[in-house]
Amino acid sequence: MSGKPKLHYFNGRGRMEPIRWLLAAAGVEFEESFLEKKDDLTKLQKDGSLLFQQVPMVEIDGMKMVQTRAIANYIAMKYNLYGKDLKERALIDMYVEGIFDLNELFMYYEIQPADKKEQHFANMMDKATNRYFPAFEKVLKDHGQDFLVGNQLSRADVQLLDTILMAEEFKPDILAKFPLLQVNEWTNSNIPKIKKFLQPGSQKKPPTPGEDIPKVMAIFY
Amino acid sequence: MSGKPKLYYFNGRGKMESIRWLLAAAGVEFEEEFLETREQYEKLLQGGSLLFQQVPMVEIDGMRMVQTRAILSYIAAKYNLYGKDLKERALIDMYVGGTDDLMSFIMMFPFLLAEDKEKQRAFIVQKATGRYFPAYEKILKDHGQDFLVGNSFSWADVHLLEAILMVEEKKSDVLSGFPQLQAFKARISSIPTVKKFLEPGSQRKPVPDDKYVETVRRVLRMYYDLKAN
Repeated sequence: MSGKPKLHYFNGRGRMEPIRWLLAAAGVEFEESFLEKKDDLTKLQKDGSLLFQQVPMVEIDGMKMVQTRAIANYIAMKYNLYGKDLKERALIDMYVEGIFDLNELFMYYEIQPADKKEQHFANMMDKATNRYFPAFEKVLKDHGQDFLVGNQLSRADVQLLDTILMAEEFKPDILAKFPLLQVNEWTNSNIPKIKKFLQPGSQKKPPTPGEDIPKVMAIFY
Repeated sequence: MSGKPKLYYFNGRGKMESIRWLLAAAGVEFEEEFLETREQYEKLLQGGSLLFQQVPMVEIDGMRMVQTRAILSYIAAKYNLYGKDLKERALIDMYVGGTDDLMSFIMMFPFLLAEDKEKQRAFIVQKATGRYFPAYEKILKDHGQDFLVGNSFSWADVHLLEAILMVEEKKSDVLSGFPQLQAFKARISSIPTVKKFLEPGSQRKPVPDDKYVETVRRVLRMYYDLKAN
């Protein structure tokens, strides 16, 4: 047993990606066990490893943790990416939950039926540019600091960067009207541990190609 | 300004109900402003009170907090309902995640088409009895303690009781086959702050009705139907 956290998920972003980002930003090496077919999931369910029979599951510090938020909260606290007091945590939680909502829209885009895709795309771009990005641009403008909360890197910055990069995959100029978010993106991308994670060969996952989606769905349904 | 938390939401359960439960369980008095008109909502929007243009919103300790999970985590931590260390917090977060998922299936129920409701009811009962209740039954059985985590009352216990009662509204005998959960339900219900919240006249909201659905749709201009699971 290596002592490193071990992530159980399919070989793609999905709900595990924010966790990979957080571990990377914290400089924590981790291992991954990829589910490739339904049997892989069934095996984990049968051996009692999955509290609610679902992945993500992360083996960490003697626990088999499930529930994305629970895992992310634990890692953020342990590695000091969760602010310095209750009020900073409250702000971080608010921002992270908003980012999570936007991520859900991105995540569900690929599995939309063909006749719903265009509407879904329009909705997610609208939410990104009219709801979420303006909110974070204002946060940065109001306090004038480099990071979202408490003048230091937190999980809010890490998860915002993940989301911005995903949004840019859909629309490269999506940050055109958000100069402070552009600066925040650049600053955070150049933090050494994050920069390393952004380089080829890291455990950061690419988007799942459309033709592979059915294979992924077959693991779960 | 009274110093009490102030909740901004519709006069109904929705996403605010878990927050009402947690404040009540913590013995914290709170005020409520109910959204009844589109104009009220637009006033909140224009005033910049809603970070992501959404409710729930809770004014608490000088903050205008949004995002249900953020608000719940803050209340739990502030009122010592979040365990005593990082590992207990991890367990509480996991358990609350499960009850949250279960309650989300119920929360969408009033907004479904009539013909989808029976299917959704069956889905809720199947997930409750096949996935979630067995997990919590086992946790209680394995440690034999009164509370889910750390032998002490926490957010996880409040959230689970709320979920149990909501599922029972869909199928009254749903806890048969879960003796630990039956005993748990009785125990947590008899905690004085919880007991008080369960009595008539408290700020607990009833099962959503057509009037609630109509109000939400009108205020949010949410005229599409949700899809059943």
